[in-house]
Amino acid sequence: MQTRYHGIENIIGNVLMLRATDVGYGDLAEVRYEDEVSLAQVIQLDNDKVFLQVFSGGRGIPTDATVRFLGHGLNVPFSDELLGRIFDGSGRPRDGRPELDADPVGVAGPSVNPSQRIIPRDMVRTGIPMIDVFNTLVQSQKLPIFSVAGEPYNPLLARIALQAEVDVIVLGGMGLKYDDYLTFRETLEDAGSLSRTVMYVHTAADPTVECLFVPDLCLAVAEQFALQNKRVLVLLTDMTNYADAMKEIAITMEKIPSNRGYPGDLYSQLAARYEKAVDFATAGSITILAVTTMPGDDVTHPVPDNTGYITEGQFYLRNGRIEPFGSLSRLKQFVNDKTRADHRKIMDRMIQLYASYRSTEEKRSMGFRLTEWDHKLVSFGKRFESDLMDLEKTIHLEEALDSCWQILADCFEKDETGMPSDLIKEFWPKERSEVRG
Amino acid sequence: MTDSPPLSTGTIDGVNGNLIRVTFDQPVRLNEVGYARLSEKHLKAEIVRIRGKQCWLQVFEDTAGLRVGDAIEFSRDLLSIELGPGLLTSIYDGLQNPLPQLAEKCGYFLERGEYIDGLDRTKTWAFTPSVKVGDTIHAGDSVGTVPEGLFTHRIMVPFGWRGAFTVEEISEAQTCTIETVVAKVKDAKGELRSIKLYQNWPVKKAIQAYEERLRPTENMTTQVRILDTFFPVARGGTYCIPGPFGAGKTVLQQITSRRADVDVVIIAACGERAGEVVETLREFPELEDPRTGKSLMERTLIICNTSSMPVASREASVYTAVTIAEYYRQMGLHVLLLADSTSRWAQALRELSGRLEEIPGEEAFPAYLESVIASFYERGGVVRLRDGTIGSVTIGGSVSPAGGNFEEPVTQSTLKVVGAFHGLSRERSDQRRYPAVDPLESWSKYPSLVDAKKVDESRKILKAGRDVEQMMKVVGEEGTAIKDFITYLKADFLDEVYLQQDAFHDVDGSTSADRQQHVFSVIHFILTANLAFKTRDEARKSFIHWQQIAKDWNRMPMESEDFKQQETKLTDAVKACIATGEEN
Ligand SMILES: Nc1ncnc2c1ncn2[C@@H]1O[C@H](COP(=O)(O)OP(=O)(O)OP(=O)(O)O)[C@@H](O)[C@H]1O
Ligand SMILES: [Mg+2]
Repeated sequence: MQTRYHGIENIIGNVLMLRATDVGYGDLAEVRYEDEVSLAQVIQLDNDKVFLQVFSGGRGIPTDATVRFLGHGLNVPFSDELLGRIFDGSGRPRDGRPELDADPVGVAGPSVNPSQRIIPRDMVRTGIPMIDVFNTLVQSQKLPIFSVAGEPYNPLLARIALQAEVDVIVLGGMGLKYDDYLTFRETLEDAGSLSRTVMYVHTAADPTVECLFVPDLCLAVAEQFALQNKRVLVLLTDMTNYADAMKEIAITMEKIPSNRGYPGDLYSQLAARYEKAVDFATAGSITILAVTTMPGDDVTHPVPDNTGYITEGQFYLRNGRIEPFGSLSRLKQFVNDKTRADHRKIMDRMIQLYASYRSTEEKRSMGFRLTEWDHKLVSFGKRFESDLMDLEKTIHLEEALDSCWQILADCFEKDETGMPSDLIKEFWPKERSEVRG
Repeated sequence: MTDSPPLSTGTIDGVNGNLIRVTFDQPVRLNEVGYARLSEKHLKAEIVRIRGKQCWLQVFEDTAGLRVGDAIEFSRDLLSIELGPGLLTSIYDGLQNPLPQLAEKCGYFLERGEYIDGLDRTKTWAFTPSVKVGDTIHAGDSVGTVPEGLFTHRIMVPFGWRGAFTVEEISEAQTCTIETVVAKVKDAKGELRSIKLYQNWPVKKAIQAYEERLRPTENMTTQVRILDTFFPVARGGTYCIPGPFGAGKTVLQQITSRRADVDVVIIAACGERAGEVVETLREFPELEDPRTGKSLMERTLIICNTSSMPVASREASVYTAVTIAEYYRQMGLHVLLLADSTSRWAQALRELSGRLEEIPGEEAFPAYLESVIASFYERGGVVRLRDGTIGSVTIGGSVSPAGGNFEEPVTQSTLKVVGAFHGLSRERSDQRRYPAVDPLESWSKYPSLVDAKKVDESRKILKAGRDVEQMMKVVGEEGTAIKDFITYLKADFLDEVYLQQDAFHDVDGSTSADRQQHVFSVIHFILTANLAFKTRDEARKSFIHWQQIAKDWNRMPMESEDFKQQETKLTDAVKACIATGEEN
């Protein structure tokens, strides 16, 4: 069965070709030379020619390396012991602790039967008002964080990992800077959150190929936890690195690129991962939040563009804030009617007023005189930014809604707010705050 | 019939993604179905290229684990589906496997290699014959009927049979399953053939058992004002909805699937989100169809091959959908097929073409993309059947252009063949002007519900208003003549109160044909009124006021007393501002 093969015919980039028989498509192999061992996966079969994608990359592999086929595809050991552990993109421990001794589960398994899905019903509280109030995250939702390089998307993810009201966090790093990896680890450790977290981290220093397995590993274990009735939040960063790794492999394999060098199946590949998000009627759920950096701040770049066509809305991270315009949770209406009576109305109204504030700012920058109403809008806008948009602040949804009312009361008269009278009667604060914006 | 030659078998020579290369031993044909054996399972596949003794198959499943040397069994059948009673209300994948039944068998996940008959073999139907022994009949003629929910389902002579047939035996009225032979007919050579309640049909071939194709002229009301009035779709027509992500393609199709004035709606969820189909799945059985008083599901069929399901069956799914549409058209019904999104199907073609190493065209789409799209939309149309009744298939496809840019192969190929173009704009959706159909870019070749001349005048005002708006950005309001400013306000008024529509409001959400005709005449009156205002401020105030009245009016049921009063309030307010003779 497990015949060893010696001798490799071609090595191009990260892909080896050797001659072998009785090899299954997608099977794993071990490539050994000197003291090195690397996993590899069969990506094409052509008579007795077998093409292997080497996880550690093709560099340094001699033509006389030994190849042993394992007779199965990529899998990952799964048990509750995963919690608190950190692995690399090949699934090897990164935390110095021993390999997990547990039954493996296959990765990239079949998709959920659409007829078994249910309409989303529960929100995921994050303690971040720009999410909870304005673009509520919903269990089973898949949402990207569109961001340019340099924005604090990793700190944001770390905070969500700490604060989100879920049972398990699965964090996947792709091309992560080593420092960012350390920060994630320390942040979670310090807050005592590591014990509900499992991490699969591929750092920028690791071989490109390993980057390709991170989403699949994360989603495979997430699925197992979800089937065990756990609410799982999968955090992925950065999906653009993932897509770039796919691009690199496609080019090595001489596949015809479709758009700016990306392979023609980019949409299907991304969708297969994002669609793992699910709410099982009689078990747990998987929610996915994935950083997608936009090269050149261009949302029409193939990676954010294809992502937008797959996900259920998007968050734009800009100037250190979740941008209220453009950001959209397409599923929020399934849950924000069940939170508090004022939620929907105040959410809409705050955004409308904030839009007016932005036009006022434009007016001011063009040198126009501001009216009394404009001044009110300005004080409103500033308060909105400092009290609600600041990503450093953690505020529970109900508090955040109260805070919306307080800002309105501090900046406007009741009838200037355009809020329905019955809500004003119920929620209008008795006093203005001491400090006025 | 003659003895069939033995079925071909073969062995795998190569595997590349979902494409396998196979050496075969007996004759095979293009688009023939074969099965790759993987231990206990059989993975369905379709021949996409033949060269010498080798053929290439695209596998409708994940190919992990297949080996060189593994066996393939061919079936001689082209990729086909079952047509018969019981299709409606079904939820199928792209290959006509019923998804709820698969779930009963396999649970939460779609296991590969699991296939279930498209039509239930145990369900019984009340058959009533409509021919007598000795009658001469042809392909597509019915031999009897069974009631299927809202419809009288015709049991027809298989569409592929050539020539005239004489009825030799015909069943009495009886309750039977679809496998029951209800008629036996004799062909020209004197051979007997059996007719059951169902037949098979290869999905990539159009059903043409009708007398003639007619020009689509009759309106298919969608109750969406901007569509029916400005960019109408005719029954039997074709249209497309291109738009960037999040612009509202799916919502617009969902609205149409509920309200369109047709008998049967087929929703092909092709390579998009599973979650969106679930909304339809869960909501339709609860929603009442105002036309019939029954649940909306009774006229609906869902083909669901969402983005994480196998790519090859995504390609098949649009053909499965259109074949079922044609089938119901053969019963004299009006069918609407909504495909979301045709770009995903085009991408499936691109993936296959790449694996076959064909010479790529623009953006790596295959060179034949355009002809494939054209022949798909050509399957829409109005037909007169052999018994004189009229049926139609209307096709509406969404398009998801890369980067939201319409200058790309799928949008461009589609625009060449469709009769109406509902282009969604990012600008309008960002401004929450729903439905975000661009009123200046979109077009339709079909006749409107309302007077064409009035529509034309309104569009001119809209265009003129936009030009003024652009100009105002440069010269400011102060530099704009009051006459131009009024044009701008009129355009904005038309946009706010007629083109935009609150899809989720009970009344505003659906505007019947009558109501559109009525309301549009009032809007047109306002747009063409010769209005006298002294200042821009005065004009703006009036228009804001009228907008408010008109928007409230949109939310009042047409039968209500309020509706009449509100209309008078609006027209009176406008009349008060019309210039008198001397002023001009
Ligand atoms: N007519 C409408 N009325 C109100 N809201 C709408 C309307 N159309 C779209 N929207 C809003 O826009 C969001 C996206 O709409 P939709 O899902 O139809 O976009 P799409 O064009 O199909 O996008 P994609 O290409 O990503 O599938 C919806 O979730 C909803 O919030
Ligand atoms: Mg859509």
